[in-house]
Amino acid sequence: MTAATHLVGYDDAMKAFDPVFGIEVHVELNTKTKMFCGCENTFGNEPNTQVCPVCLGLPGSMPVTNEKAVESAIRLGLALGCSIRESSRFARKNYFYPDLAKDYQISQYDEPTSYEGELEVVLDDGTVVMIGIERAHMEEDAGKNTHVGGTGGIQGASHSLVDYNRGGVPLVEIVTKPIEGMGERTAEVARAYVATIRDIVRALGISDGRMEQGRLRADVNLSLRPKAADGEDQSAVPFGKRSETKNINSLRAVERSIHYEAGRQAALLLAGQPVVQETRHWHEDTSSTTPGRSKEEAEEYRYFPEPDLLPVEPSREWIEELRATLPEHPAKMRARLREEWGFSDLEMRDAVAADALTLIADTVAAGAAPQAARKWWMGELARTANEQDVTLPELPVTPAHIAELQRLVDEGKINDKLARQALEGVLAGEGSPAEVVASRGLEVVSDDSALEAAVDDALASQPEVLDKIREGKVQAAGAIVGAVMKATRGQADAGRVREIILARAGVEG
Amino acid sequence: MTDWTDPTQVTRASALEMADAMRAGTVTSVELVQAHLDRIAAVDGPVHAFLYVNAEEALATAAAVDADRATGAALPLLAGVPIAIKDVLVTKGMPTTAGSRILEGWLPPYDATVTAKVRAARMPILGKTNMDEFAMGSSTEHSGYGPTHNPWDLERIPGGSGGGSSASLAAWETPLAIGSDTGGSIRQPAAVTGTVGVKPTYGGVSRYGAIALASSLDQLGPCARTVADTAALHEVMGGHDVMDATSLDEPVPSCLEAARDGAANGLAGVRIGVVKELGGEGYQDGVKQRFEEGLDHLRALGAEIVEVSCPSFKYALAAYYLILPSEASSNLAKFDSVRFGLRVERDTIEKTMGATRAEGFGDEVKRRIILGTYALSAGYYDAYYGSAQKVRTLIQRDFAAAFEQADVLVSPTAPTTPFKIGERIDDPLAMYLNDVATIPANLAGIPGMSLPAGVAPEDGLPVGFQILAPAHEDARLYRIGAALEKALVAQWGGPLASLAPELEVAP
Repeated sequence: MTAATHLVGYDDAMKAFDPVFGIEVHVELNTKTKMFCGCENTFGNEPNTQVCPVCLGLPGSMPVTNEKAVESAIRLGLALGCSIRESSRFARKNYFYPDLAKDYQISQYDEPTSYEGELEVVLDDGTVVMIGIERAHMEEDAGKNTHVGGTGGIQGASHSLVDYNRGGVPLVEIVTKPIEGMGERTAEVARAYVATIRDIVRALGISDGRMEQGRLRADVNLSLRPKAADGEDQSAVPFGKRSETKNINSLRAVERSIHYEAGRQAALLLAGQPVVQETRHWHEDTSSTTPGRSKEEAEEYRYFPEPDLLPVEPSREWIEELRATLPEHPAKMRARLREEWGFSDLEMRDAVAADALTLIADTVAAGAAPQAARKWWMGELARTANEQDVTLPELPVTPAHIAELQRLVDEGKINDKLARQALEGVLAGEGSPAEVVASRGLEVVSDDSALEAAVDDALASQPEVLDKIREGKVQAAGAIVGAVMKATRGQADAGRVREIILARAGVEG
Repeated sequence: MTDWTDPTQVTRASALEMADAMRAGTVTSVELVQAHLDRIAAVDGPVHAFLYVNAEEALATAAAVDADRATGAALPLLAGVPIAIKDVLVTKGMPTTAGSRILEGWLPPYDATVTAKVRAARMPILGKTNMDEFAMGSSTEHSGYGPTHNPWDLERIPGGSGGGSSASLAAWETPLAIGSDTGGSIRQPAAVTGTVGVKPTYGGVSRYGAIALASSLDQLGPCARTVADTAALHEVMGGHDVMDATSLDEPVPSCLEAARDGAANGLAGVRIGVVKELGGEGYQDGVKQRFEEGLDHLRALGAEIVEVSCPSFKYALAAYYLILPSEASSNLAKFDSVRFGLRVERDTIEKTMGATRAEGFGDEVKRRIILGTYALSAGYYDAYYGSAQKVRTLIQRDFAAAFEQADVLVSPTAPTTPFKIGERIDDPLAMYLNDVATIPANLAGIPGMSLPAGVAPEDGLPVGFQILAPAHEDARLYRIGAALEKALVAQWGGPLASLAPELEVAP
């Protein structure tokens, strides 16, 4: 900790040293049930309500592998360009911890399902980086400890509570090979890599990838080594001691933790002090890390093949069937869609960030213009989702609804304001946009005689408006438009109302 | 003929005789259960076969069966026949300890698959039987609740780990019992108490709800006083279970039919292999003598006796005592004070876990956890666990070759008649040696049976005869076992257990 107060800036650290990093990403799969039992795999329930003898590790209970989780894991492996093992085994990783019901985790050790892959990662400026994937293996999640009293950490707590709802939730852990040669782009590459994994699991539909809820978590390993002398081969220089920053739960934090760790390690090395090989905790509030377990206290997990489970042996035919279901690489799909839709970079990035790409694509496929589709999903619906604290896909509205709504606008049957009311009805479960328009009587009034009568009514109470218009203050017509819209509960065709007012004043529109 | 009004005679009938008598209306299930509860009350003080007696529920189950039978409803074969369950199986609403103080007072919230099958078969559960703690032992001396005594000689061990189940049968406290066999825990207790016990093919009976000792070796099986009774119980217990990924997805073998066939039709054309390595030096004279006599009977029944060699068996005990502790060290980790069982509170969770395990586990359990933890450690894994798994493959090959030459293999079940309680308590290796003939079957996953071969002339104590069959061929055990049993019973003039000295009955 002595050097922690003398951090070296990231850029300086990267000038002085050659960084090597590796990332472990844990993805919680969205299968209906847990990895080895029939308990529901959902989030946010009362503690210890989604448990059974198996995921509580009660004496006598035994695991049974969730086939759907295996399928998801294989599809993910394929999407990462991995080879799929014809026979892979689960293994027990033994360690005592209260949140680990059996005091061993069922994982995969020397025979992971997926191994040796390569993933294309596209940086913001279009640079393409290939990331080597070491393995992607299946395992079960642990429960969750809550430390009561004190500051929430285990130190100073009076006691701890364990919630096993998450225990046994299926996970895939993706491990990269050491990534070298990224220099000052290390943090950016790390972030882009995790973002790509997130996009892939979403595109596969196997996880919602929500980092803020821990559905996707990253552990970042980083080490620094001296720069090779001119003409020397950098890859011949041995790796430095690494730290592993655990459980990073946002893309921003992936980037910032690397900034911090690079600075911390560089400061130590420049001061002639050793970097300790250890796990570290990330603190969002201070953008810094603190030491966790020391890795030098040799981790002894006593792995051995899980005798309660048979090996996973996917047939070649099945693997090929699953390969055929793989979605397009997210970066490639985005580039193609941006081109097709004519979105700006910013519009595209926002849509991706809001998980709206598929929704927009489906809305376009249902007949809406891309910009109109974007406007609905990123505007009104994004606001609604935000208010209700749900994701866009969770809203009770379909791309087909939005395409229909836009069609009604395009056909002049409703205006924007009425369209928003119609959407409100759809979200309230009143039916399709057309049904809501009919049942709420939202159709635009464009019948001239009705509009003329309404305009004349409004003018009768504000006769001075006509004079103002004649004097050139055309914007004064707005007051009458507003009054007419109010009188018709928004159903008047505002453009036509304006024309009528100007005609009354004897002015050209 | 059994006098069904005499409680003593009632408890000495076989399970199938009891089932027949109930169907004939000569006895009720309530009468059967009551007779056995009375017997337990009379003799279980000194025998100590039971850790828990389930009187109320057993009588209620019996009454319900009797009521249904009175209406003429169709009932399963063994409906109303009482049974005892080894305390390794979880039983909803009945304490389950696996013989360990660490689980004292724990009430499982669920039934093991086999428990559920016993209930579905409408069999009144008399109670839970004593065992070596977590099934680690060959004597039941390593129970956290005190030893079980052999009804043949109360100073001797009833075998282990299922000594409670075997003693309860020999003491006429139950006609049927369930055991678990990891290295001989069904067969060796059967041998030393003059009863019958079967370890089915690995995967033939669901392990779901059986508190695991060594997952790749454990198998539940039937225990009784006759071959046909074990056959009938085997059919109740067996079958595929979606809750056990290692359970076999194939029909339950026709055990009872095979037993009847063997008893009725003899063994003409059957080839029986005597395993050279499971005999000779280290085997008690009387054991060898009774075994040879068994072979004579088999020959007389028309079987051909051949000698087979299984050279890798000499490594079996060593491999077993690496694989078992390794798996057990992991299986027993969950007894950590957090969710169930004993909790010895200390100021940190690590210390609480440590103190709980230190106080809750007995010496034999600790010995094996330490062994297994060491054997699985990085740097030792290949030399120990890895090598042991290779030995396992060699043993499987030996069996495969032997079964080319013979339909079944035979040997004495245990090298000696029961030793005295306390005699080997400080010499674990001597105790481990008692399982030398039973362990290979577990390492290979094949089925095995022990049935009474008579008593050793030098000490008058029971000797067991072991039959081993290829995987999935459990029915062969029953065919050959029933044929041999019939010949022996004719020679003895009754089941071997009836030759045991009468136990003193508590007033």
